[in-house]
Amino acid sequence: MEKFSNLKGLVAPLDRANVDTDAIIPKQFLKSINRSGFGKNLFDEWRYLDNGEPEMDITKRKPNPDFVLNQARYQGAEILLTRTNFGCGSSREHAVWALQDYGFRVIIAPSFADIFFNNSFKVGLLSIVLSVSIVDRMFQEVYESEGYSLEVNLDCQTVTTSGGESYAFDIDPFRKSNLLNGLDEIGLTLQHMDLIKAFEEKHRINQPWLFK
Amino acid sequence: MQTLYEKLWKSHVVQEKADDLALLYIDRHLVHEVTSPQAFEGLRIAGRRPWRLDSVLAVADHNVPTTERAYGINDPISRLQVDTLDRNCEELGITEFKMDDVRQGIVHVIGPEQGATLPGMTVVCGDSHTSTHGAFACLAFGIGTSEVEHVLATQCLSIKKAKEMQILVDGTLGRGVTAKDVALAIIGEIGTAGGTGYAVEFSGSTVRALSMEGRMTLCNMAIEAGARAGMIAVDDITIEYISERPFAPKGDLWEKATAYWRTLRSDDGVIFDKVINLDAAQIKPQVTWGTSPEMVITVDGRVPDPAQTIDSVKRKDMERALEYMGLTPNTSICEIYLDKIFIGSCTNSRIEDLRAAAQVVEGKYIATNIKLAMVVPGSGLVKLQAEQEGLDKIFRDAGFEWREPGCSMCLAMNDDYLLPKERCASTSNRNFEGRQGPAGRTHLVSPAMAAAAAIAGHFVDVREVL
Repeated sequence: MEKFSNLKGLVAPLDRANVDTDAIIPKQFLKSINRSGFGKNLFDEWRYLDNGEPEMDITKRKPNPDFVLNQARYQGAEILLTRTNFGCGSSREHAVWALQDYGFRVIIAPSFADIFFNNSFKVGLLSIVLSVSIVDRMFQEVYESEGYSLEVNLDCQTVTTSGGESYAFDIDPFRKSNLLNGLDEIGLTLQHMDLIKAFEEKHRINQPWLFK
Repeated sequence: MQTLYEKLWKSHVVQEKADDLALLYIDRHLVHEVTSPQAFEGLRIAGRRPWRLDSVLAVADHNVPTTERAYGINDPISRLQVDTLDRNCEELGITEFKMDDVRQGIVHVIGPEQGATLPGMTVVCGDSHTSTHGAFACLAFGIGTSEVEHVLATQCLSIKKAKEMQILVDGTLGRGVTAKDVALAIIGEIGTAGGTGYAVEFSGSTVRALSMEGRMTLCNMAIEAGARAGMIAVDDITIEYISERPFAPKGDLWEKATAYWRTLRSDDGVIFDKVINLDAAQIKPQVTWGTSPEMVITVDGRVPDPAQTIDSVKRKDMERALEYMGLTPNTSICEIYLDKIFIGSCTNSRIEDLRAAAQVVEGKYIATNIKLAMVVPGSGLVKLQAEQEGLDKIFRDAGFEWREPGCSMCLAMNDDYLLPKERCASTSNRNFEGRQGPAGRTHLVSPAMAAAAAIAGHFVDVREVL
């Protein structure tokens, strides 16, 4: 995983609650056996007027001018601002890959679905929970001022507006350290190989039917 | 005193970390073709091997065709994904039920069917509906591909302990009211984020009276309430179901196992973080009207009017959902006409589901406005059993198509999908936009309700036709 460094990034607002992972990356794109290349199909059914299929030439597709990410002022956005329960539904990590591949590095919402939230930290996308009222205010500000950006400092756990207002967010220390150091979680776990083996032996004696 | 969740948690802790985080040992890892290729690739790149091969069971289900299997998979991209699973399993020595194996089916149907899901286990799969297996008093939850790789490599996961919710359903369900209706009624009550951060235990006399099939339906839908894991205590019904299954212990081990399994229940008087009560007698057949499972109403109800909702975010969501669904506020649910009927998915494709639907359609024929009514059994063995009971004939005689097992039109990764604006009564679990096909319109219902709608051509209260 790549290290997460602090960023000041343009904000794009996605003003919907309960955005599900089927909407983030529709199923036809899950047929890929690769980890990359999902960004062009992020929010495919909202973003384009034609039906998307894998391997389509993106330059020949019809973008939906009403969809927020197609508006000129949000091009290059790195922070997605959205509503409650973002990422609900399917466990597809492809949703996180698509957001990242598109260019998002931070998602801000009042709440996230559990599996999406967990997946995001595994690959270095930072999901930040801020209160409904702060998110409401940010929505208002992003609509009002073109070029609205936010500064995200993971070390200090703050999101700061260009006006200088700073909001603290919580993050689990283990996740924070993995993000800041770009650690390989499998490698970390394998450092405890002896513990796993010891547990396994005990488990085998207690519940032998679980082992062949 | 401990809850079932605490018992399952404690018996799998390899290492306690700070902040309620622990390294948990995983007993069963179910693998399918969609969320695994990048995990296998990751292992290969890092030069790692699976930790414990006998914990892994693989099957292709999402991409497989439900028509004649001998012709293989038409779509080259789907075919490559299924071939990739086959190749990975062959190379590494992982047990896989291939497409032509009678044991092939939806991963959450075949795990329990084979006895590969056993009480007391931790069960994971790169699929959110892994919560299904909690019906066997397992700690079972869906994971992403990075975690699939992590479990393959280490047999463990770093997991944060969840809060605990008890959902108590008491009383007798009315005729024609099923576990699916209970699940949808719960989601209607607590919302799709109501269970976020919680592990849910379903209990009460209604749950105790459910068959294992019904319990699996209930736990399956826990994730639609936001709960990663749903679970139900062990009782005679659980043990009876597992007995003699191929992967289940036999002889002395069976005795030892069942003695342990019977301890897998929450201790009397234990306190949960949250308790929800439902009266089974009040639950009616449910139908979703919108694009989230929480947008649900009883069959005798009407499509709600967003204008009556004060919360502006919620009102906008309702308006958008109604526009997508092509519905007008205050329309009676029974006046909603359908184009397609789908009976299947990891929620409702087990033998009991097929029996319930067959009972409704027996001796009748689908309405002329129904373009397609299909039954997709959850596994090759469910299909076989249904055929032995003559259910396939009942369905065919009623105008249904009788298909090969797989996920099919629940998420439409294969050739089974809705065309834009087609309206479907579906026994699956998600009515999200585009879930069953771009611009397709999904109404979630029980198998009996879907069957009744197929015959009438529109929704009807199944209690009136049974």
